[in-house]
Amino acid sequence: MQIPAPFDYARASTVDNALALLERHGPESRILAGGHSLLPMMKLRLARPEWLIDINDLFELDFIVRGADAQGADTLRIGALTRHTTLLESDQVHALFPIITDAEKVIADPIVRNRGTIGGSLCQADPAEDLSTVCEVLGAVAVIRGSGGERLLSMAEFHRGPYETAVAHNEILCELRFAVRARTGSAYEKVERRVGDWAVAAAGASVTLAADGTIEAATIGLTAVGQTGTVGAAADALLGQLPTEALFIEAGRLASVACDPIADQRGPVDYKRHLADELTRRVLRRATERAHASATSTATQEG
Amino acid sequence: MQVTMTVNGTDITEEIEPRVLLVHFIRDVLRLTGTHWGCDTSNCGTCVVLMDGQPVKSCTVLAAMADGHAITTVEGLATGAVLDPVQQGFMEEHGLQCGFCTPGMMLTARALLDHNPHPDDTEIRQAISGQICRCTGYATIVRSIKWAAEHPAAAEHGDTVQSDTAQSDTGQSHNTAQSSNTAQSQSADEVHA
Ligand SMILES: Cc1cc2nc3c(=O)[nH]c(=O)nc-3n(C[C@H](O)[C@H](O)[C@H](O)COP(=O)(O)OP(=O)(O)OC[C@H]3O[C@@H](n4cnc5c(N)ncnc54)[C@H](O)[C@@H]3O)c2cc1C
Ligand code: FES
Ligand code: FES
Repeated sequence: MQIPAPFDYARASTVDNALALLERHGPESRILAGGHSLLPMMKLRLARPEWLIDINDLFELDFIVRGADAQGADTLRIGALTRHTTLLESDQVHALFPIITDAEKVIADPIVRNRGTIGGSLCQADPAEDLSTVCEVLGAVAVIRGSGGERLLSMAEFHRGPYETAVAHNEILCELRFAVRARTGSAYEKVERRVGDWAVAAAGASVTLAADGTIEAATIGLTAVGQTGTVGAAADALLGQLPTEALFIEAGRLASVACDPIADQRGPVDYKRHLADELTRRVLRRATERAHASATSTATQEG
Repeated sequence: MQVTMTVNGTDITEEIEPRVLLVHFIRDVLRLTGTHWGCDTSNCGTCVVLMDGQPVKSCTVLAAMADGHAITTVEGLATGAVLDPVQQGFMEEHGLQCGFCTPGMMLTARALLDHNPHPDDTEIRQAISGQICRCTGYATIVRSIKWAAEHPAAAEHGDTVQSDTAQSDTGQSHNTAQSSNTAQSQSADEVHA
């Protein structure tokens, strides 16, 4: 029977209250969100916090809102306590960032998704965490609060390595911000051994088309194959080009060379490189189709 | 610490250690052993209960996190002696063999039908994809849930079970233990207990 080691429990009533509790109980206190990564680790004694600060009552962190940011840019803001299920069922998320919906369909299973949160996923920073790749691809900005105030971090600044983020012990990840771009499409695809399992490998892409149909911006991310950040070389190869199958094949090749997978029970290195290649091609195709659709609908609205 | 929650419609308050998982709270403190406990790793889904109407894996929720919430276990599916259509469906379509996965399957089915009264096969299979059945091959489970969807008012047609007093054999008098047991959870208990 797996049961966590003893700890004390406090339920926060507001973000400020949670921050005060983290300060009061010191470095051995941990935020508890959905608990679907932290509780399994505590059962296995991989984590042994002395205090759990439960943030499940913080409805102020459970939201999906579109609006202009401080600079007036069109932005989708997603609260850290938003559950996987809420993201999967959101039409707004699907319309703006289909990569999130693609990923949510294959994250864990429907029941785990009822509890797990986007904030918990990012703070867990497991190398196989699908939403980490999604946020890298979309260039998300993390909003972190501490007693001293708020700071905004890019994903490159946020992710420090496997299971390590820039969120200090006495800070809380409050939201993720995603810039909404015109003529843009995105997609995610994962290969898993069975439903609900972590990725053998997965890829995500976002493609923005210029008015002349060439690729104006592109990002490619890989999951579970030892790739830190987005695959710059593969994305650079696409810039300024017309999207063609030959181009996607080249980007796939570059992605498979750039990543650094390890052999484990989910598969050998060459298989994972093959997946990085194939999945990169597939997400580029789908993201480009969606970018075309988005460009057409924008043109129709304007016309 | 003290926790207060509603379990199958009854308010309960208990003194527990913060580390007690909801599944053990339900089984060992409340003695509602219809909720099963299997893999312990959030994979098999036999421990599924409803929290505010939503299926959750109770091996990965602290009892403390359920404080202030409403929990439904398999014992809460029947209304008095009247089976829930889902339970009736599992009987009609042979949705169980050993019965180990059954409580979790039935609660997920109930939540699915509350959300989507006319699911197709794919939607049913997706809904139960976080749960493992080692016996049936799932086909009869899917049929059972379909049966329940097609007979939403089955219970009103007088399909009842005898309410059962077997739970008093725990020797403890928890106010939640008074809910009637069902044919399904009983047979499941027989193999598991
Ligand atoms: C069976 C199973 C299968 C899974 N499969 C997948 C999968 O295929 N792909 C995938 O991506 N994920 C998968 N997951 C992980 C799932 O997505 C988790 O829900 C997620 O990783 C953690 O989210 P949580 O809200 O449960 O976080 P918790 O477990 O509550 O917390 C995780 C960590 O983040 C910290 N934390 C949480 N929220 C905050 C915050 N707002 N600010 C600061 N720190 C915070 C906690 O202190 C803890 O250290 C799976 C989980 C399970 C149990
Ligand atoms: S015992 Fe909870 S999912 Fe298996
Ligand atoms: S009936 Fe035996 S595990 Fe499902």
